[in-house]
Amino acid sequence: MQRERATTIYEKSKSGRRAAVIAAAGVPETPISELIPANLLRDEPPNLPEVAEPEIVRHYNRLSRRNFDLDSGFYPLGSCTMKHNPRLNERVAALPGHARLHPAQDPRRAQGALELMYLLQASLAEICGLPSVSLQPSAGSHGELAGLLLTRAFHADRGEVRTKVLAPDTSHGTNPASVTMAGYEVVKVATNERGGVEMDDLRAKIAADPDQIACLMLTNPNTLGLFDENIEEIAALIHAAGGTLYYDGANLNAIMGQTRPGDMGFDIVHLNLHKSFSQPHGGGGPGAGPIAVSERIEPFLPRPQVVRREGSGGHGASFDLDFERPKSIGRLRGFQGNFGVFVRSYAYILSLGADGLAEASETAVLNANYLKARLAEGCAGERLPVAFDRHCMHEFVLSGRPLKNELGLATLDLAKRLLDFGFHPPTVYFPLLVDEALMVEPTETETKESLDAFADAIEEILAEAETDPEIARNAPYSTPVRRLDEVRATRKPVVRQTLA
Amino acid sequence: MLAAIGVDSVEELFDQIPGPLRLGRPLDLPAGMSEAEVYERLTALAERNADAEKQVCFLGAGMYDHYVPAIVDAITSRSEFLTPYTPYQPEISQGGLQVMFEFQTAMSELTGLPVSNAGLYEGPSSVASAGYLAMGATKRAKFVVSRGVHPHSRETLRTYSVGYGAEVVEVGLAGGVTDAAALAAAVDEETAAVILQSPNFLGAVEDVEALGAAAQEHGALLVVACDPMTLGILKPPGECGADIALGEGQPLGNRLDFGGPSFGFFCATEAQIRRMPGRIAGETEDVDGRRGFVLALQTREQHIRREKATNNICTAQALNALGAMVHLAWLGREGFRELGELLVRRTAYARERLAAVEGVELLHDAPVVREFAVRLDAPVERVLDRVAERGIAAGYPLGREYEEFEDGLLVAITERRTREQIDALAEALEAAIAGERGEKLSHSDSRAPRGATEGAVA
Repeated sequence: MQRERATTIYEKSKSGRRAAVIAAAGVPETPISELIPANLLRDEPPNLPEVAEPEIVRHYNRLSRRNFDLDSGFYPLGSCTMKHNPRLNERVAALPGHARLHPAQDPRRAQGALELMYLLQASLAEICGLPSVSLQPSAGSHGELAGLLLTRAFHADRGEVRTKVLAPDTSHGTNPASVTMAGYEVVKVATNERGGVEMDDLRAKIAADPDQIACLMLTNPNTLGLFDENIEEIAALIHAAGGTLYYDGANLNAIMGQTRPGDMGFDIVHLNLHKSFSQPHGGGGPGAGPIAVSERIEPFLPRPQVVRREGSGGHGASFDLDFERPKSIGRLRGFQGNFGVFVRSYAYILSLGADGLAEASETAVLNANYLKARLAEGCAGERLPVAFDRHCMHEFVLSGRPLKNELGLATLDLAKRLLDFGFHPPTVYFPLLVDEALMVEPTETETKESLDAFADAIEEILAEAETDPEIARNAPYSTPVRRLDEVRATRKPVVRQTLA
Repeated sequence: MLAAIGVDSVEELFDQIPGPLRLGRPLDLPAGMSEAEVYERLTALAERNADAEKQVCFLGAGMYDHYVPAIVDAITSRSEFLTPYTPYQPEISQGGLQVMFEFQTAMSELTGLPVSNAGLYEGPSSVASAGYLAMGATKRAKFVVSRGVHPHSRETLRTYSVGYGAEVVEVGLAGGVTDAAALAAAVDEETAAVILQSPNFLGAVEDVEALGAAAQEHGALLVVACDPMTLGILKPPGECGADIALGEGQPLGNRLDFGGPSFGFFCATEAQIRRMPGRIAGETEDVDGRRGFVLALQTREQHIRREKATNNICTAQALNALGAMVHLAWLGREGFRELGELLVRRTAYARERLAAVEGVELLHDAPVVREFAVRLDAPVERVLDRVAERGIAAGYPLGREYEEFEDGLLVAITERRTREQIDALAEALEAAIAGERGEKLSHSDSRAPRGATEGAVA
């Protein structure tokens, strides 16, 4: 990657240069101040860069070369499911019938789009084992918020007000953040020695205040990559207390076609279409976080809902947006959701089919266990032991504690040294209950060769650290910049360029 | 691989799932398809949509049929931007982080506010996030919202408010703009935020500065939703006293996509920087003193602060924000202003042209930039159907969201809508309204002698 000094598009700006040609209005050139009162107008146009098209192309191409991406190499970022993004999906999403369809188009003239959404809803419902789906939430955390608002509405409908939401100490950070935004209080549940929910703690937390328990938010397999074998009992406990059971679908990639959240007893599930269903991550969005729900939650789903209306009088079935949902929690955003993401994910589901989805999960689980086995050998096995020693699902968590205690090398150092070897590091320092954690998710995308190469690189870095830990401690060396001062960026934030 | 793991089959790895919970059958989904088959299937679905290439599109209501320059697609489709995750490892994410920094700079310039984040999901949920911020900043729990704010934003705010426990009070419109007296009366010492939109949902430019005085007087935050495409022309919210300016980013470099994905932008005063939702890129240096960018102020965020985070959001719609930045750089300072002027003039022409049509009158005469509202003297949905037969989507029927404007039609203009298309819309509306009136007449006169009906129509 490039090592030249960063220059912004603003620093390339020269007065009078431009790219766009604006068409003649073709209508009377009335002075703007005669059309809009002067006190509502701005004095100077906003300071945008003045650059010709070739320089814009060069600038952003240059920036692109300062990014590492999934198409460049292995990206075992735990909990993020960095699987291949088929280019077919981009092609079909760009069809004018999708890309240039206005969201306020009359549903009678958007039948293809509504049918696609309906079919995607049905596919996701089958994968989750739950009867109803809303595609509206824009991301996983948006789905979580939706699920908690649904829980609140469900209880309110029964004349109940509940205040507490249970979540394991291994949960994603979005879970507790969503709980607070939805007006609930988080109650943490401990983890047992097998990496699952500590049942005695769960029983105690429920028993302490059963009427106040609104929901339990769970990821299964959890963020340690382990399936909680007690899930049926957990579901029974929560349901007996009158709470809902929420499934954080970030780890769905482990179980497609193998087991279903609905069959485990979950009431509400969010799915990350940008994880299991191959929507590209885009450097931090866009994604989509549809929710699947049980029958008792269905009346409260956000509106509008995409529905199929049976035909009559010789007309076939049609698709519509249903706004007449009196118990709905209402909208969570504008229009119908991230339709472009729906197109890509539906194309992915069509491509893989029932068998392909099941096989994707099998391969993801096989890859994770293989890489875990490879990393249990040699130096890695000693310095980076797996946090919970059992078969994992699609990801696993290592602890860099021995590495830190014995060689004085932090997980962060190892991660930064991996950059020099051309790998994206695993997720680091999460989940919080594992010291110096490294969370590794290879996905079904990777070959045995790329898994071996990663394991070899870890081994090489550890061997190097035995003789000279300073190398890793000062890494990386080959990246466009080296370690950055993140503290300064928070203490004295510079969040825009100051322009003359 | 199985030998290295120490199992005989992949099946064994799934033993940790209790037997009764195993699906034990294939998913009830079709078998996988070849790439060509999937392409054909999705093309067939796409063909059944009246998109803006099949129909001349005067629909707006928050999303607009602008021309997205080819350079945007060329850059956003580069895999280096398309396929990475959030820039958690800044040393290998400098490209994406710098784009965020440039985007934040541009949005600050547009809105006249010093702090911008790297983007939120989209417009209406950004309004709800502003409400959450205002509650934290003021320790109050009431929002006073103009009915000129997008109906989807108001509804989303209400949905969120049930969760975080806030009250939403709406203030009506007078003459197409927010009723200033009613607004002033509604704001009190309990008000966390006054929320306006300009141009408002009816296309009218609000006097934000005058309306916002009520917020300042009572210590509430002034939140202004705005259409970024109008900010080459209109006084920026930051110069009108806004504490927060936000909005739907789709008009900048993003396709219609039947409503998403796009992005929301969110800008604020320095005072709110540590309460901002979402990702923010910041400039810093590496150990060698080399300029670089990182995610700044991460201590606000869910992955660090968990239940104490300022918001639960993790996505920045980074790819969509990149599209916006490239579009803005392509337009440039002068092009952006010229485009704004083009919109004002074509819209003024369209408004005048439509108002001259028999059976059409202006719903309001407040100043507009790129969208305006009219009343039709015929059932709106039926008129729209007739106009659609001529290959034109005439606009957004206001009755869908405003019971007080059952006869209202909202018409949006972009640089793609030519004078000829505007004239064609006027002619189509004229014919459609006349047709509806004629039909009504012939129905109401159906018992009259045949000769009398013919005479009336003639």
